[in-house]
Amino acid sequence: MVTIEFLGPIQKAPLTLEASSLRDVAEVLKQDSEMAQWLENCAVAVNDTLVATLDTLLKDGDKVSLLPPVCGG
Amino acid sequence: MVELYNGALNVPEIITRWYAEEAEYNYGAYIPFIGTVREEDAIEGLSFDVYEPILSSWFDAWQVKAQALGAKLKMAHSRGDVLVHESSYIAAVFSPKRRVALEMIEQFVEDFKASAPIWKYDLKNSQRLYAADRSTAIAGAGILGGKR
Repeated sequence: MVTIEFLGPIQKAPLTLEASSLRDVAEVLKQDSEMAQWLENCAVAVNDTLVATLDTLLKDGDKVSLLPPVCGG
Repeated sequence: MVELYNGALNVPEIITRWYAEEAEYNYGAYIPFIGTVREEDAIEGLSFDVYEPILSSWFDAWQVKAQALGAKLKMAHSRGDVLVHESSYIAAVFSPKRRVALEMIEQFVEDFKASAPIWKYDLKNSQRLYAADRSTAIAGAGILGGKR
């Protein structure tokens, strides 16, 4: 199982699901109408490192974080 | 190390302490940038969420760049609510000579705005409203939506 956490303004509790790559995570989140506005503009981190491809492999216990658009300062 | 505080920053304490901490290291330049919440659009203040693990690794990567130029970075940021005319952000560069510090403070603050995992909300009419129109997608965002 991997855990998906939603940071900042995304008002959604963490999910746990079976996934062997980020592609599997994308397929699940695309079914969720609440997430439609976020998938196009969120960066993704696996275990707190930003990743650039859906081919990123996942293993049991991994944490996937969704980071919506930022504005510090 | 990024200093995170609940609520507004104590600006005089922080910039004075940083000055003292680096006083013996022979830096010729110390350039702080202080971000203060302005009164506009009838906001009562701003509020911030911070994701510390990725903020720390982002900052550490910048510190390595600074060290390569003989410089040092410091940064403080607020979490939670900061009212108008209070300050939520300080970034500072120390360097042997002014040119490195002047250039680095600009690059660092611009990358901070584009990349640091911090989310801003307007405090207005007792609501906390995500500042979506002033926010920037992090480089590489959108993979889950099929952008790449």
